[in-house]
Amino acid sequence: MRAATSWELQSMLAPFVDRQQPVEIRGSGSKSRVGRPMQTAASISTASMHGIWMYEPTELVMSAHAGTPLAQIEAELAGNNQMLAFEPSDIGPASGGRRGTQTIGSVFATNSSGSRRITVGAARDHLLGIEAVSGRAELFRSGGRVMKNVTGVDLCRGLSGSWGTLAVLTEVTFKVLPAPEKTATLVYLGLPDDIGVELMCAAMRLPFEVSGTAHLPQSVAGRLETAVLAEQGQSITALRLENFEKSVDYRSNAMRAALKVYGNPIIIGSTTSLEFWNELRRLSILPYTADTCLWRISTTPMKGPKVVAAIRRHMPTEVYYDWSGGLIWVEVAASADAGASDIRRAVAVHGGHATLIRADSAVRSSVEVFQPQSPLAERIVRGLKSTFDPLRLLNPGRMYANL
Amino acid sequence: MSLRMPQPDRAMIARRAEIAAALEKIAGPEAVIADEDGRRTFETDGLNAYRAMPLVVVLPKTTDEVAAILRYCHGEKIKVVARGAGTSLCGGALPLEDAVVVGVSRMKKVLEIDYDNRFARVETGITNLAISGAVGAEGFFYAPDPSSQLACTLAGNLAMNSGGAHCLKYGVTTNNVLGMKVVLMDGEILDIGGPHLDAEGYDLLGLMVGSEGQFGIITEATVRIIKAAEGARPMMIGFPSSEAAGQCVSAIIASGIIPVAIEFMDKPAIEVCESFAKAGYPMDADALLIVEVEGSEDEINDLLGRIARIAEPFAPTTVQISSGPAQSAKIWKGRKSAFGAIGRISDYYCMDGTIPLSQLPLVLRRISEICASHKLKVANIFHAGDGNLHPLILYEANDPEQAERAELAGAEILTLCVEVGGCLTGEHGVGIEKRDLMTTQFSRTDLMLQMRIKTVFDPDWLLNPGKVFPLDMLTMSGLPNAA
Ligand SMILES: Cc1cc2nc3c(=O)[nH]c(=O)nc-3n(C[C@H](O)[C@H](O)[C@H](O)COP(=O)(O)OP(=O)(O)OC[C@H]3O[C@@H](n4cnc5c(N)ncnc54)[C@H](O)[C@@H]3O)c2cc1C
Ligand SMILES: Cc1cc2nc3c(=O)[nH]c(=O)nc-3n(C[C@H](O)[C@H](O)[C@H](O)COP(=O)(O)OP(=O)(O)OC[C@H]3O[C@@H](n4cnc5c(N)ncnc54)[C@H](O)[C@@H]3O)c2cc1C
Repeated sequence: MRAATSWELQSMLAPFVDRQQPVEIRGSGSKSRVGRPMQTAASISTASMHGIWMYEPTELVMSAHAGTPLAQIEAELAGNNQMLAFEPSDIGPASGGRRGTQTIGSVFATNSSGSRRITVGAARDHLLGIEAVSGRAELFRSGGRVMKNVTGVDLCRGLSGSWGTLAVLTEVTFKVLPAPEKTATLVYLGLPDDIGVELMCAAMRLPFEVSGTAHLPQSVAGRLETAVLAEQGQSITALRLENFEKSVDYRSNAMRAALKVYGNPIIIGSTTSLEFWNELRRLSILPYTADTCLWRISTTPMKGPKVVAAIRRHMPTEVYYDWSGGLIWVEVAASADAGASDIRRAVAVHGGHATLIRADSAVRSSVEVFQPQSPLAERIVRGLKSTFDPLRLLNPGRMYANL
Repeated sequence: MSLRMPQPDRAMIARRAEIAAALEKIAGPEAVIADEDGRRTFETDGLNAYRAMPLVVVLPKTTDEVAAILRYCHGEKIKVVARGAGTSLCGGALPLEDAVVVGVSRMKKVLEIDYDNRFARVETGITNLAISGAVGAEGFFYAPDPSSQLACTLAGNLAMNSGGAHCLKYGVTTNNVLGMKVVLMDGEILDIGGPHLDAEGYDLLGLMVGSEGQFGIITEATVRIIKAAEGARPMMIGFPSSEAAGQCVSAIIASGIIPVAIEFMDKPAIEVCESFAKAGYPMDADALLIVEVEGSEDEINDLLGRIARIAEPFAPTTVQISSGPAQSAKIWKGRKSAFGAIGRISDYYCMDGTIPLSQLPLVLRRISEICASHKLKVANIFHAGDGNLHPLILYEANDPEQAERAELAGAEILTLCVEVGGCLTGEHGVGIEKRDLMTTQFSRTDLMLQMRIKTVFDPDWLLNPGKVFPLDMLTMSGLPNAA
């Protein structure tokens, strides 16, 4: 079923509330293979609720219906030299879903952010206002269209990353930012993982607002479509600068000097930089295959290589690091538990959390896909679920088996 | 003044000595304040028209003590008001006669600083400025900078989701927190997030920040620290009208420049701040923008030059780039001491609505009309980049009739902010002050949902009662312990 307006969604949901039947909530379905598999009576899509209904470039704010394709939003923004600064990533293709179809609602529902997250914050940090329908089929709002707003309980953040298990977002209002005049990327070659991460953290300690840091070991770098980088045949550590042209030129020189102990970087300009960072956004270097599982780990940046080393004691992996080492994408061979117990143990030792992004549905129903929580956090989470969705109708079990 | 608080429980007040003794057993005698003079220090916060003597005040030193205190209060069904430095401007930290005040002001240790991973872990009684102080030697800082930063605590900042002048670029409190330790009302200790980005699961961190002491007592936090830019410098641009200043702000943002701060003052504010701080503000201007940018010397010159050119079509009466650190400090001192300066000439009531910037001319005109209709003067200071207004309504606090009029004018201004598409509070919080106005911004369903979430964290409604949610909603809600 496709609802075209929020009241239509409310009336579609009402009979499910009466009959206490669970429903799957989806945008375009690009991420339908992420999360735990669900048993639902029907599926309601927000994809027909589309359209940008407010855009004020001088106030850096846009409002759109939740089903509006991200691509449409980004095109509209680009027309005004603006952008979604948090650079939402597209995990659709890497998980076996479709590419480039995701809706803006799902971007916030999954709190999906890309490389620029380290400097500008996550999707949730850019969300200003929401309208949503709860599992009680009630329409509610939180936040608004202004940048600063502390009125009442902050449900914008409260619903971010809840994967449609608390409420269906019907409208989102978010902050946008000017697109940079110029982009340059300093690419260091041949560094091992731990030195690459050290370099990225050193770059973040400089006053130059580095807006992207990624380290790709040799084998993963070889998968790049950006030929000049793939052809190097070495690991690459990339540092991105974005700003007015003069600043980028000045800062890339200053940064090269400050980091000279790490070698002499290749510097790539705006066009190639965009191509490269977009590959990371699409995760095209971790393409879907049935033979592999994919994990997404968030940890303290300098601990990234230690987490990977701990996992490698148990299984071979291909990895790449973003967020100066704090975000690790880990590809392992498909197995009955996707390596969950060893991976979770490695993360437990070093701190952080792991989410299983790609695995077949049998695996996703037998292991915890999202990071298991402490009993106390679970109590709060269960309380929140029953606040928004007391009958457990919305995406039941998608995040946690008993919710 | 006119805001009603819930009736205190006389039987609870009669138990003061017994409760103080029990708290002394938990936290030691030096941590407990039960005598009248001692308690009087805590009878109000930054909204000092409202006062109430707390039942007992306790100032614990550790998270475990906080947990034991809350466990005891929970068992005895004693209400609790958390307190940082008591600078809240909305009555958020106002005590209740039948509630224990738990202050975190003695918990101010820096627990861990990690420059490579760019975080600091601190106890929340630390003042906002002390965090930046602790990491300043390495050129780092903690970004949110409320004007009260010398006095206010991180605890209060977290509870209010505080902002400041430099939030246009770096975000407010919620955008700069990675993790926290929270003691729930039953004494359980909840750990959320950590030094890594994006805490797992539901965004409990996002719910806690801005929860105004309703959900739990935050005792520790991990915050993001940022490497400061090579340099920063403000410029002053004076305009013949507020409209021109507002249009200039839009033009700057449309050009693709996001300054670190764009602050606005109207004529009355300029006059008072200038006579206090001798900042060199242009006295012939009707409106003043202070615009600050960051970077190297060349970058700063380039950006300020661009901004000066952008301002030209709006016929500025003054365009003055700060000549160096001494002048920059003066310019900011004038702005940051604005409240104090105005406080010297008059009592004032500080409002905190946010509006879409395009509505600025209309809103400023309506604010003067509203204040004039209540025979009151007003000075306007605000964070222009994000539309966060701080009209300061001047009145005589010892005259109850004037105080009443100030409150009425304030409520009209905030309602106006909501009507033009903004909100009741941009950074100071709801507290008691805007509690009864919540229905202008939220539907009954919205508020019920928020109250149910409060119930998840604090099922007995013992934490900071009488704040945030309209009192009549509590009775109507049907939630067993809310009323
Ligand atoms: C002169 C002046 C200027 C100001 N300028 C600004 C400004 O620029 N920006 C801005 O945002 N605010 C500003 N404020 C308002 C105020 O300083 C902030 O709201 C500040 O964050 C309050 O901190 P505090 O430590 O004083 O908290 P308090 O006033 O003690 O408490 C504030 C709230 O936090 C709760 N609380 C306290 N401790 C805890 C805890 N440990 N756990 C959970 N809840 C807790 C209290 O119950 C209360 O609801 C200003 C105030 C003054 C007096
Ligand atoms: C309500 C309030 C309004 C302010 N207004 C301005 C202003 O207009 N302009 C400006 O520039 N600065 C203002 N400030 C900041 C002020 O000038 C001092 O920087 C701040 O009070 C710190 O003082 P201190 O170091 O002496 O007290 P602290 O060492 O912070 O506190 C000493 C004791 O007093 C208690 N205490 C502190 N504040 C309060 C309070 N409000 N109520 C009850 N007990 C308290 C503390 O818990 C502690 O026990 C304000 C501060 C407050 C609290």
